[in-house]
Amino acid sequence: MTAPIHDQPPLLDIRDLTVEFATRRGTVTAVSAIDISVAKGETVGIVGESGSGKSVTSYAVMRILDRAGRIAGGTITFSGIDLSAATERSMRDFRGREISMIFQNPRAALNPIRKVGHQIEDILRQHVQASSMDVLEKAIDILKQVRIARPEERYNAYPFELSGGMCQRIVIALALACQPQLLIADEPTTGLDVTTQKAVMELVVELTRARGMSTILITHDLGLASTYCDRIVVMEKGRIVETAQSATIFRDPAHPYTRKLVRATPRPGISLRDLLPDDHPQRNMPIPVQAVPEGAPLLEVENLVKEYPRQQSGPKPGFLKRKTEPLPAFRAVDGISFKVMRGETVGLVGESGCGKSTTSMMVTRLIDTTSGTIRFNGEDIAGIPAAQFTRSPLRRRIQMVFQDPSESLNPRYTAGRAIIDPILRMGETTTDRDALADRCAELARLVGLPADLLDRFPHQLSGGQKARVGIARAIALNPDLVILDEPTAALDVSVQSIVLNLLNDLKAELGMSYLFVSHDLHVVGLLCDRIIVMNTGRIVEQGNAADVLERPTAAYTSELIAAIPHPPV
Amino acid sequence: MRSLGKRLITIVPTLIGVVIVTFLLTRVLPGDTAAYFAGPMASQESIEEIRVSLGLDRPLYEQFVHYIGDLAQGDLGQSLSTGQPVLTEILTRLPASAELTLLGLLFAMVVAIPLGILAAVRQGSIVDHLCRVLTTAGVSLPVFFTGLLFVYLFYYVLNWAPAPFGRIDIFATPPQHITGFYLIDSLITGNFEAFRASFAQIWLPAVTLGIFALAPIARMTRASMIAALSSEFVRTARAGGLSPRKTIITYAFRNAMLPVVTTLGMVFSFLLGANVLVEKVFAWPGIGSFAVEALLVSDFAPVQGFVLTMAILYVVLNLLIDLLYGVIDPRVRIEA
Amino acid sequence: MTTLDIKADATPSVRRPTPVVALLRHTRYVLAGNLVTAVAFGLFAIIVLLAIIGPWIAPYNPTATNTTIALQAPSAAHWFGTDNLGRDVLSRVLVATRLDFIIAISSVALVFALGGIAGIAAGYFGGWTDRIISRLSDTIMAFPIFVLAMGIVAALGNSVTNIVIATAIVNFPLYARIARGEANVRRNAGFVQAAKLSGNSTPRILFGQILPNIMPIMMVQMSLTMGYAILNAAGLSFVGLGVRPPTPEWGIMVAEGASYIITGEWWMALFPGAALMIAVFTFNLLGDGLRDIVDPQRRT
Repeated sequence: MTAPIHDQPPLLDIRDLTVEFATRRGTVTAVSAIDISVAKGETVGIVGESGSGKSVTSYAVMRILDRAGRIAGGTITFSGIDLSAATERSMRDFRGREISMIFQNPRAALNPIRKVGHQIEDILRQHVQASSMDVLEKAIDILKQVRIARPEERYNAYPFELSGGMCQRIVIALALACQPQLLIADEPTTGLDVTTQKAVMELVVELTRARGMSTILITHDLGLASTYCDRIVVMEKGRIVETAQSATIFRDPAHPYTRKLVRATPRPGISLRDLLPDDHPQRNMPIPVQAVPEGAPLLEVENLVKEYPRQQSGPKPGFLKRKTEPLPAFRAVDGISFKVMRGETVGLVGESGCGKSTTSMMVTRLIDTTSGTIRFNGEDIAGIPAAQFTRSPLRRRIQMVFQDPSESLNPRYTAGRAIIDPILRMGETTTDRDALADRCAELARLVGLPADLLDRFPHQLSGGQKARVGIARAIALNPDLVILDEPTAALDVSVQSIVLNLLNDLKAELGMSYLFVSHDLHVVGLLCDRIIVMNTGRIVEQGNAADVLERPTAAYTSELIAAIPHPPV
Repeated sequence: MRSLGKRLITIVPTLIGVVIVTFLLTRVLPGDTAAYFAGPMASQESIEEIRVSLGLDRPLYEQFVHYIGDLAQGDLGQSLSTGQPVLTEILTRLPASAELTLLGLLFAMVVAIPLGILAAVRQGSIVDHLCRVLTTAGVSLPVFFTGLLFVYLFYYVLNWAPAPFGRIDIFATPPQHITGFYLIDSLITGNFEAFRASFAQIWLPAVTLGIFALAPIARMTRASMIAALSSEFVRTARAGGLSPRKTIITYAFRNAMLPVVTTLGMVFSFLLGANVLVEKVFAWPGIGSFAVEALLVSDFAPVQGFVLTMAILYVVLNLLIDLLYGVIDPRVRIEA
Repeated sequence: MTTLDIKADATPSVRRPTPVVALLRHTRYVLAGNLVTAVAFGLFAIIVLLAIIGPWIAPYNPTATNTTIALQAPSAAHWFGTDNLGRDVLSRVLVATRLDFIIAISSVALVFALGGIAGIAAGYFGGWTDRIISRLSDTIMAFPIFVLAMGIVAALGNSVTNIVIATAIVNFPLYARIARGEANVRRNAGFVQAAKLSGNSTPRILFGQILPNIMPIMMVQMSLTMGYAILNAAGLSFVGLGVRPPTPEWGIMVAEGASYIITGEWWMALFPGAALMIAVFTFNLLGDGLRDIVDPQRRT
């Protein structure tokens, strides 16, 4: 990492920037009086949780705030010119040519019905970087630079024909087409798999460094930022709380908020409690240890297979000659076997499309299996159709915590009603209203949900509160096995740390077993006794958590571990 | 081309459905079909005679086969009031209806699409409010009522339009028959007098129809433009410094057109129905007024033929809309 | 033990009283913030009132003819003038409110029940249920709406009941499609999966979980189709189908006035036409307003 050059004036100098939004409830200040400077050739990370104002800052620099937002004060000086006072017409010459941007969700960032080559050409022509004679050649050259294989062919592709990682390369190509001096990357890898994330980040670093460009990396992931940036700016609720060299931020965070963030970022070599902030009452309590008794496993999966009929691709058979070979079915899960012992937490890890979610849905008996056995407490439940499992006495013993806490709550039920739903349907028939209310209050207490929130509807709760409601519902009938399907993927990292601790404590207290499905190896490492790594529908490796993380045997596992950002701790 | 053929095949079941429904409308529903076909003045014997001649005394499936056979030969029955085959009547009157409907649609699109775009680009401006008032009022106006108001205003009060009778001034001679569209035929033959005379007749009913069709198009254009303008790819285009023109037209508008094209299907459904009412108001000699006249004298064969023709027209129009959609959207084109 | 710190979760600082009070309060908020919706509610109340008391407040017998006073322009005695048979236009417009309103309400209620249930079943179960219901919808949709309604009434015979049936049939696909789409989206929603895990039976999931969430959208649709239903019925009467003279009905009255408008007697068509227009306009505005009120996402 190159050290910033301090004797030159900075390329970008933000002073006292305040951004306001007009909303129904009056003016809201999204960013208040912040100072950021970026030197030539420097990479600066802006880190914060949702609502911290980090993205708004970048939109203000580009002057592409939506109509409700406006720069209420301060200056944005870019190579000596104040952008906050520039006319819209002159801003157009800066955008794309001097400062450019790459975005989260690359597929949505591209025009879905325009060839990607033409989209690159639009930018080149706009900034008179190419004439109609050489624009095709230049566009293909840029595609080559972002490592698109067969660029002549991809030039004619539409975004829907390309993978997520490939779309992000196209967005990078758009951003770098006119050789700008500053690149703003707004959550460029969120939603991408960890191996793709690594490839994209390395491409960005390499290309910007070769051109001597400055970069602003906006992310919620402190680990990612400190891996790739020179300096880090931490934002909270529209303010900058700390600016530090990334080499030192993990070791020596100055501001309490940064400290909280640093702590909450999962990383190797720490325990669950280390994720919690200093002043948290749970922080110094011992992690409950749950004995895993010898004996028959609680869950035993053997040769489990799930096939989906493949969508016919290519030309369909004609009207008259309809005899064609049927395509072989797509195997989402391809013959996997594993066990979960009583009291154990087993992690199921893999990238998107590896079959981990399909596996969890089969184990929960929400979808039917194609073949294989699922023995729960010795009883084979794979043969019971998913539609009938609702009436099985085993239903109450296998429960699930869903990935998206908002989507998994009925918008028309209050939190309390959602929690007692399983009791109403499957609990003892004698429960009267008072007993139900008591049980509901007890469950709320268990998951740390204040009792006065029980009357609220989901849209009146925060993400963390909704997650607690989902957990309370899952444990309402004291299940033996709970499947956790990426339970913290939609949460901010500080909320994630609390929810993870909660889940772990609950397990010990209620004597449950967990099957923890996740894409995040660090998180899995913190919570799980054993880890199963899946790729393309198969298990590539399984073993003790520490063994898998520290001494992986499968090449794929090593690749996954290497792809996780390694912040300088 | 192959996708066109494939799409053509998909309308076969729809057409079968249409034919079955049209058949059922006369045969299965309560009411004596023979009495309908015979007309209100018929005696008992002549009703029986017609029953036998129409084959209504046979079992249902036989009647259906018979009906299909007739359809295949283009036989839609005879109109009692005019004595002509229904097919001939419909074919001679179809161009009048088509000309009116298409002109109305053209008017609606020319007004609605720019209005919708402007309203979306300048949200909250006067244009936006105008657009909102127009769209809500437009869908609320009974089209026959608007037509009558226009006749009163532009014919009786202002005298800007001729009396609402027919396609062309009774003293003018219709242009030579080429396409059957008077406006086009008169231009092709260079008969500007006929063009003027037929335009004077058609503009008012076309505008009446257009105002009705305008509302859903403008509403959808506005909504989909707003969605497109706040989309992430427009943000990318703006961040790349593309000009507002390029951003709005090439990036936002082309994407916003997709839902608008889909809405056209619904608009055609409205237009073809409204067409019947407008033809009655302006005594327009199209298939709609033909059907209405037949209804009044309980002459059922023309009504049945009319419903079938309209349905087939509508199915074809929907097919064209689908093809147009495929032209705009590569995702459909390639997956098809 | 597990009372963990909840300060980390940002708590929306809204306090909720009981749902009913909240809904009323929200309704008032929306009405106060949106004058147009308030006006629509007012107009709706007037229409309902006229539908109930119309026959009692009509100044004359709506069907009594008196050719000596035929075709009189609006005056103090006859506010809306008289028609070609000397009947009082105001009385006829007032009395017609009930009939038009009943046609609209009953056809919408009928299609709401049929289309809603069929659509939810199609969306949730998929497979054959879906194929049959979708094919039925497609076939109905292959006809232009008004043309099919004409065909149905012509075949079934001229009567008010048949207008209601025809209007319900032609609107069936609209309701079925919306309900199907919404049910289909929610079929695999997290909260439905969770309901299965909680042991809810299929009927319970359909009617307890999915239906209440689809209701707001269906309600808005209902209010919007009320307008279409009235337009449709009036259009049918205008071409001579459905309601028969001398029954007062807005569409028929406009039709009766049509031939007099080119000779300048505008009042025969204008007043019933305006009544029709205002009624449809009210329902359309109400549809937009209703969406703001029932949509829980937009409640604050």
